[in-house]
Order: sequence, then structure tokens, then C-alpha cells
Amino acid sequence: MTEKAETAAEGEAPAHSRNPAAAGEHRPEAGPARGGIRGALRAMEVDMRLIGMVGALALIWIVFDLFTGGTFITPRNLFNLTVQTASVAVMACGMVFVIVARHIDLSVGSVLGFIAMMMGAFQADFIPQYLGFDHPATFVLTILFGVFIGLIVGALQGFLIGYLTIPSFIVTLGGLLVWRGAAWWVTEGRTIAPLDANFRVFGGGIGGTLGATWSWVFGAVAIVAIVAFAINNRRMRMHFKFPLKPVWAEITNAVVLSGAVVAFVWVMNAYPVPERAARRIAEARGIPIPESGLDWAQGIAVPVVVVALVALAMTYIAQRTKFGRYVFAMGGNPQAAELSGIDTKRMTLYIFMLMGALAAVSAVIASARLQSAANDLGTLDELRVIAAAVIGGTSLAGGVGTIYGAILGALVMQSLQSGMALIGIQTALQSIVIGSVLVLAVWIDQVYRKRIGD
Amino acid sequence: MSPALVELRNISVSFGGVKAVDDVTVDLHPGEVVGLLGHNGAGKSTLIKVLSGAYHADRGEIFINGEKAAIANPRDARRYNIETIYQTLALADNLDASANLFLGRELTTSFGALDDVRMEAETREIMGRLNPNFRAFHAPVIALSGGQRQSVAIARAVYFNARILIMDEPTAALGVQETKMVADLILKLKAEGIGIFLISHDIEDVFDLADRVAVMKNGALVGTARVDDVSKDDVLGMIILGKCPPGAVRGPGATPEEQLASVAA
Repeated sequence: MTEKAETAAEGEAPAHSRNPAAAGEHRPEAGPARGGIRGALRAMEVDMRLIGMVGALALIWIVFDLFTGGTFITPRNLFNLTVQTASVAVMACGMVFVIVARHIDLSVGSVLGFIAMMMGAFQADFIPQYLGFDHPATFVLTILFGVFIGLIVGALQGFLIGYLTIPSFIVTLGGLLVWRGAAWWVTEGRTIAPLDANFRVFGGGIGGTLGATWSWVFGAVAIVAIVAFAINNRRMRMHFKFPLKPVWAEITNAVVLSGAVVAFVWVMNAYPVPERAARRIAEARGIPIPESGLDWAQGIAVPVVVVALVALAMTYIAQRTKFGRYVFAMGGNPQAAELSGIDTKRMTLYIFMLMGALAAVSAVIASARLQSAANDLGTLDELRVIAAAVIGGTSLAGGVGTIYGAILGALVMQSLQSGMALIGIQTALQSIVIGSVLVLAVWIDQVYRKRIGD
Repeated sequence: MSPALVELRNISVSFGGVKAVDDVTVDLHPGEVVGLLGHNGAGKSTLIKVLSGAYHADRGEIFINGEKAAIANPRDARRYNIETIYQTLALADNLDASANLFLGRELTTSFGALDDVRMEAETREIMGRLNPNFRAFHAPVIALSGGQRQSVAIARAVYFNARILIMDEPTAALGVQETKMVADLILKLKAEGIGIFLISHDIEDVFDLADRVAVMKNGALVGTARVDDVSKDDVLGMIILGKCPPGAVRGPGATPEEQLASVAA
């Protein structure tokens, strides 16, 4: 058969998503054409699991909104939700890689605590000896220092797992204890406060948001990126004469995504900075306060911007780099990866180094948010992070997982937790519900995969 | 005579106390198919994994085109244009055909990103040549049939200009039609001057395709023979009894004649 004829024949069959990360989604090559919403979603090449998770999230939000008498879906609560999710979401991105490569990292919460303490001591005790307090370079140096420590910790654990072939479960279980102990040791238990003023911006508290204008700029950049990506993708496929999505599907995709961005920015901007806080900031920055008072919008919180950047980078790594391709190959068939000439030992080392660096980023967010570094920071985060990745569709068997899934998973977990807190459910019952939801979510995912014929 | 494409000289491999391969010497010339025969556990796969870089030989040397070659891992083997098609299909199940075809040797754009579209185009091109019925370019390979998966594995070897091809039970998982497809492909590759080690315990297959056979028993080489010089019964005798027939070159693993005589009596 000629190339042309083959392409034409294939054009009738629904095209597939290019994403190896979405490998769970498999469509019949030449199924009968389907109409209705299902057919439309198919043509748009939407990951059905994504729809399912967004649906579940919407359901959770609506139910909590009803139970709390309309306080859940408010700009204020949604803003807080995004800030509370940030730290776990960043680490969940790294955990996707770890789990996809058939490993696990139980140490991330402790590593976060250890790095937070090291950064706290670095910025509050060490740097002031040379640069004085509140030097503009302090936060940059501190973050670089934290990421460096994260890389070292990750390299150490990755070496034990990759080269000495000790199971990751054991190494990171040990790490869970070791790094928590080390976190205490940094200051012998003393909590470090206050932290550098610029560093605190990453916590998303007072002064830690973009404000209305920059939030819209952020949204505009995102929309331009969405459209540019779609056009570029289509051009590449046309160049090689591959089957194309219908134009209406491309446009709908772009409009829905852009709409989500606009809605997000709008909601974040609808939450005002409290009058007193705004006054303080204005005075600090020497901005004159008008008669009518200050009506400032919070806008997108800085930690959420960090999550967006991390998610973007990690998605790029997963789908567009050799490194990402190899992570998925290792998870799919470690032997095949090895025989294909992939250095799986070094890959393991790098994967855990990446996880360590992301734990450092989370440590920045978590300690900046509390405006102090305490040695119990990040306790039980390993479970939240793993749960977020797994709820987001990452398979513990390896080889399957997505970054956006993990972030949605983190959002689902945090929504449940803060929703129940808003209603005033006891902590004990909260744990029971969250634990049950985790198990239920994984079961539903398995049933879904079997029915789709993965 | 030009040097052999490959010569495995006095190779020994042991696992713990067990000698899986014991002092085996075989060679392979360009455009030749050498069938490696023997029972399960005779050491065929182990021997060949030394050549593909998956195992290390405890003793012995490998010569490629008459020059001593150092093959410590699969990457080294690829550098010598040695490609292997494994019995346990060495594909990453969760990835699609083009990701598997290019695994470890991805095409990248000028700034280092994976060039998926170009890899897909190349995959469509080569699959169109090898297996025109292949359509599932975006499905993870776990969703493919055994034959389709094998054609992905073969396409990988062909695409990267293999000079030495190792096929470990290439048709074991295949139907009749697909077996024929693989056989045709072997003859095509042979005509292009590629040397092929064909590992199989299907003697019919080997007689149809191979120029020579090398038979192993209990890790040692019974002997090698041109398929024209021996009968299938002779080869069966080599496999089962270790009996080296007159037309064959005797190896160290051949059962001594007096011992055979005592069995016959």
C-alpha cells in the first residue's frame, strides 16, 4: 500500500493522542464512527480520565458548597485552596516520575523538613553574618542553597537505589527517619523565625501575590502559549501528512482551555487584599493611600505561579525529552530499557535528584507560607504526595502517569481536607474519609482501565 | 578468505557453580545465516547474550571483522552494529511503536527535544515496507498482536542498519502468516549481506533458512555443519545424543564415540 493510501485509510479512524504519558488511553483503530458527546470528545482527543477527574473535583466542590452554605466556592476559599495545594503539588510532579519508573519515595516529607531547616538557618543565621539582614540577594542564595541540598540528598538516595540496588522502599523509608532526625539536628529543635522578607513572598501570604494586572498578564501569556502550541502541532502534522484533528475540535480545545485560564484569573482577582494589609504594603512601598481606601486584588499567588512553572517544565521533560521517554520506558519494561542501551542506574540517580530538587522547591513554599522553619514541617507529606499522584492516575505498577493528573489529584485531596475542615468535621473523621477516598479512587481507575481495554 | 564477520572464541559463562556456556567457539560470515540449535537450557541464549552485551563472558574473546571487540553492555554491541531481537520481546509495553523503534536512539530537534513527528514519519515509512498492514501507530505496543510486536522489533534492527543480527526464537510467538513474513524478511536481510544468528529449537525453521547449524548441549558445542552436508536426523542426533555425524566439524561437547557405542549396545 502506498503511503498516501495508508494515510487516507487511517484518516477515517479516530486519531490518537501523541502523549506516551497518556498511554492508558487507547482507542480502536477503525471503530464505527460515534456521534454525540462521546464522539465529539474523541475527535477532540481529550483524555477521558481528565474529564472524569475534573468532574469529580467539580462534584466535591459543589457538595461542600451546599454543606457550608455557599462558603466553599468563593474567591477567598478557592484562593486559599490553591495556596494550600502548592507545596504538595510541586512534589507530586516529581513523584510521578519516581512512581512511573517503578520506584517510590517515602522520604519527601522529611527531606522537605530538613531542607526547610537548612534554608532557615542559612538565611537567618549564616547569610546575615556577611550581608546583613534583608539583603536583596538573600532569597536567591537561600533557594539555590536549598535546591543544592535537595540534589545532594536525592543523589545519595538515588545512588543507593540505582547503583547498590537497595529497594527504593527501604532506602526512602530509612530516609524518612534519617532526614526528620537531621531536620531536628540543624538547630536542635529550635524553630527559625522570622525568615527573609523576599523569601516569604513564595508563601503566597501578604505581599505574596501577583495583583490584578500581573495576574492578567500571566493569563494572557498562558492563552498565547495554548494557541501557539496547538498551531505548531497542527503545522508539524500537516508537514508530514499525518491525519489531523477536525478544525472545530482544535478550536474548541483552545477555547475551553483559554476559558479555564480566564476564569481562574478572574476568581483569583475577585479576592481582595484585606484593607489593613494593603495599607501596610502601601506604606512600606511609599504608595500614597487614596481617600476611598485601597481596593487591591490578590490575584494569583506566587506559589501557584511556581506550581505552574514546575508543572510546565515537568510535562515538557516527560513528553519532549529523552530523559522523560526513558523514565516511561523503564517503567514499562525495565529489561527492554536496559537492552535498548538506556543506563537505568544513572536514570534512577537522576530521577531521585530531580525529586530532591522539587522537595527543596516545596520546602521554600511551605516554610515561606508559615514564615518560619520548624523541624516538623512536611510531616506526613509523603503520603499526601503519593496519594495525589495515585489519585491522578499514576500507576504503582509503573509506566503510566501524567503531571496534570498529579496536580489535579493534589487539588482533590486538599479540597476534601479543607472542605471538611470548613464544615467542622472532626480530624479523626477527616482522616477516615480521605483514606477511603484514596482507595476508592484507585479502584475506580482500575475499573475504568479494564473497561476501556487498556 | 576474508575474516569472519563475528567470531566467538572459547567463550565460557557460569552462574554460580553452573557452567551455562563452556568453551564455545562459533563464527558467522557476511550474508550467512547460522542456526544455533539445542534443547532448552543448552546455553544458546546465554552464549548469544554475550555477543549482544547482556551478559559478560568469564573467559573467551569476541572478534568482529577479525579485530578483537570489547562488548561490555548493549550500547557497545550497538556500536558494532549488532542488533538483537529477543525471545521475550524487548519492547516497553506502555510506549507506542515509534517510541519503541527509536528507544535509546531517539531523533531530536535542533535544540534537543524529542522529534516525535519525524520519528512517527520514519516509523510509518519502514513499517510500510516491512508490514504494510501495520496501522496502530499510536497504540501502546501491549495492545498489538505478537506478529505486530515482532515486526516492530525487526523494524528497529533494520532501521539502524544492523550488520549482525541476533534473532532469539523470532517466530515462537507468531502465527503461520506472520512466521512466513519473518522468514521472507530473514532472506531479504541475508541478501543484503547481513550476518544472522538464528536461535531456535524448531529444526524445520532452521533447515529452511540457515546455511550452517551449530548445535549445543549442556553448555558445550557438539559441532557445526553445513545444512547441505547433514540430514535432519543427523542434527537431531546432535541435539539429543550429542552425536557428531561425519559431515560435521566436531566440537568439544560431542559425546565420545565409545560412550555412544555403549549406549547403543
